[in-house]
Amino acid sequence: MTTSIPSIAAAYDEAPVTLLRRRRLLLLGGLLALAFALPPLLGSDYWLNAILIPFLVLSLAGLGLNLLTGYTGQTSVGAAGFMAVGAFATYGLLLRVPGLPLPLALLGGGLIAAAVGWLFGIPSARIKGFYLMVTTLAAQFFLEWVFAKFPWFYNHASSGTISAPRLELFGYNLATPAGRYLLALSCVVLLTWVAHNLVRSQIGRNWMAIRDMDTAAAVIGIPVERYKRQAFAVSSFYLGIAGALWAFAYLGTASAGSFDINRSFQILFIIIIGGMGSIAGNFLGAAFISLLPIFLNHAGQWLSGGHVDTGQLQNLQKVIFGALIIWFLVKEPEGLIRLLRNLAERLRRWPLRF
Amino acid sequence: MNVFLETLIGGLLAGTMYSLVAIGFVLIYKASGVFNFAQGAMLLFAALTFVSLREQGVPTVLALLLTVLVMIVGALLIERTVLRPLVNRSQITLFMATLGLSFIIEGLAQGLMGAQVRALDLGIEDVPLFFGEIMVSQFDLVAAGTAVALVILLALLFNKTRIGISLRAVADDTRAALSIGINLNRIWQIVWAVAGIVGLVAGLLWGARQGVQFSLSLVVLKALPVLIIGGFTSIGGAIVGGLIVGAAENLAEAYLGPLIGGGITPWFAYFLALVFLYIRPAGLFGERTIERV
Repeated sequence: MTTSIPSIAAAYDEAPVTLLRRRRLLLLGGLLALAFALPPLLGSDYWLNAILIPFLVLSLAGLGLNLLTGYTGQTSVGAAGFMAVGAFATYGLLLRVPGLPLPLALLGGGLIAAAVGWLFGIPSARIKGFYLMVTTLAAQFFLEWVFAKFPWFYNHASSGTISAPRLELFGYNLATPAGRYLLALSCVVLLTWVAHNLVRSQIGRNWMAIRDMDTAAAVIGIPVERYKRQAFAVSSFYLGIAGALWAFAYLGTASAGSFDINRSFQILFIIIIGGMGSIAGNFLGAAFISLLPIFLNHAGQWLSGGHVDTGQLQNLQKVIFGALIIWFLVKEPEGLIRLLRNLAERLRRWPLRF
Repeated sequence: MNVFLETLIGGLLAGTMYSLVAIGFVLIYKASGVFNFAQGAMLLFAALTFVSLREQGVPTVLALLLTVLVMIVGALLIERTVLRPLVNRSQITLFMATLGLSFIIEGLAQGLMGAQVRALDLGIEDVPLFFGEIMVSQFDLVAAGTAVALVILLALLFNKTRIGISLRAVADDTRAALSIGINLNRIWQIVWAVAGIVGLVAGLLWGARQGVQFSLSLVVLKALPVLIIGGFTSIGGAIVGGLIVGAAENLAEAYLGPLIGGGITPWFAYFLALVFLYIRPAGLFGERTIERV
C-alpha cells in the first residue's frame, strides 16, 4: 500500500517555491494585462510611437542577440544585418505573395533570416572568439551592401527604401499607432515565452555548456558545431522578426541604412547593460537604451534653457553612453537585471535582515 | 599589363596604410590580450589634437610633441580607469569596454575640437611619379616608407631595450612575468602610449589623405580583416596582411567590381579574411591556441 500523503519535509520544501512562483505569475499576468490595455489609457500617440514601440522591438532584437551571445557565447556584431534580412524578406513576401496574412509573412521573414544566419554561422565550426566576431562583421557589411545594391529587394523604388504594403490582420487595420503597438507587443510576448522555454530545454542547456567552455562541451558529447549553427539560426530568426517590426511597426519606411553597424552596436549594448544570459535583462537594457537619449535631450534643453547645440548634445550623449558601458562592465558585469534582483532580495528581507 | 601592375602597386601601397592601423592593435593585443576597438578613435583623437594645435598657431614640431604628450596622458588615464579595474576579466568583457572607450574618445574629440572636416597638410605633395610606364603616387610611397620605418623602430624597441624585453615577457606568459617582478600596470601604460603614438602616425597619414574628420575612426573597420589575415599577435603579420588586403581590394574593385555592380570595398576584405580563416583559423602568423579541459 502506498501512502498518498507527502512527507512533511517535502511539503515544507515546496511551499515557498510554489508561493513565489504563483506570485511571480500573478505579477507577470498583471503586467501583460496592463501592457495590452495601455493604448487607450495613454491618450497620446507620442508614447506609443516614440517610446513604447521602439522599446518593444529593441527588446526583441536584444533577446535574439542574447540567445547567441549571452547563452551560446558567440559574440556577434552583425545583429543589424540579420534584422535587415528579416525586414526585406517580410517586405518581399507581403509584396509578391498576394493574400499572405501578416503573421505568416513575419514568420517567413524570420525563417529566411534564420537561413541566412545559419549560413553565416558555418564558420563558427572552425573559428572562435574575436576571429569569429570579425566574420559577423563580414555578414553585417555584406548584407548592408546587398540590400542597398540590388533594386529587386526594394522593388526598384527610386528612393531605395521599403515601406509596409499593408498591415492588417483578419480585416483589422493595424496601421494605427495602437495597432502597430499591439502587433509588436504580441510578437514580443509570444517570442519571449518561446525563448524562455527554449533556454531551459536541452537545447538551451547545450548552448550554455558551449558558452562556458566549448571544448569541454564537445568532450561530454554535445555536437558543438551543430548547436552553434543552430544558435546562429534561432538568433537570426528573432533578429529577423525584430527587423521587420523595426521597419514596419516603428519606422514605417526603412532602407539598408536603417540597419547599419551602429544599430548592431546598439543591440550589443542592450544585452551588456541589461544582462548577458538573461531574458528579462533585454527589456531592462532596451528600456535604458531607448530612454537615455530622450532623457539626455530633455535634460540638456532644460539645463541650457532651450538653446542647445544638438551636435554637442550628441557628443555628450556618446561620452555618457561609453562611460556607462565601462561603468557597468566594471561594477556590475551581469547588468541591470542583477541590480534589480539584488534590490528585490533586499526588499524581501527588509526591515528584518537575517 | 601596365594597368594591372599599377592597380597592384597602388593597392600594396594603400595596404601599408591599413598595416599602420593594424600595428597599434597588435601591440595592445600582444601585451594585454585586449582587442582594442578604440584604436580608430585614438587615431581620430590624435589627428584632431594635432590639427587643432596647428590651427592655434603652434609650430609643427611643438604640436607633434604636445600631441604625443596628450596620447601618453590618455594612455595613463585609460590604464587607470578602464584596464586596472577590469583585470582578470574575460577578453570579451575587455573588448566591450574598449567599445565604450571608443564612444568616449569620439565624443570628447568632436565635442572639444569640433566635427567639421579639417585639411591637414604634411608638406608631402601628392604628385604622380612615373617608373617607366607605371604611375605611382608619391604620397603612397612616403606612407609606405613611414610604415617601414615605424616597424623597424618597433622591432628595435622590442628586441633591444629592457622595456621591450619585459613587454615580450608579459606577452609570452603574464603570470611568469609578474612572478619575476615585472610591473604589469607599467607595461600596459607603455603599450597603450606606444599604440597611441602609432595611432598618431597613422592618423596624420590618413588625415592628410582624406581630411581629418569623424570617418577617420572608421579605419578601424578596415584594419580588422588585416588583423585576421596576419594574426592578432604578429607585427610582421599586420604588414603582410595589410599588403594582401590592399592589393586584393584594389584588384577586386578593378576587375571583379564591374561584374557584380561595384562598391564592393566595404566587405570584400572581410570575405578575403573569411577565406583565410577557413584555411588557417588563427591567421597566417597567429599563435595556435591549445585548449585544455
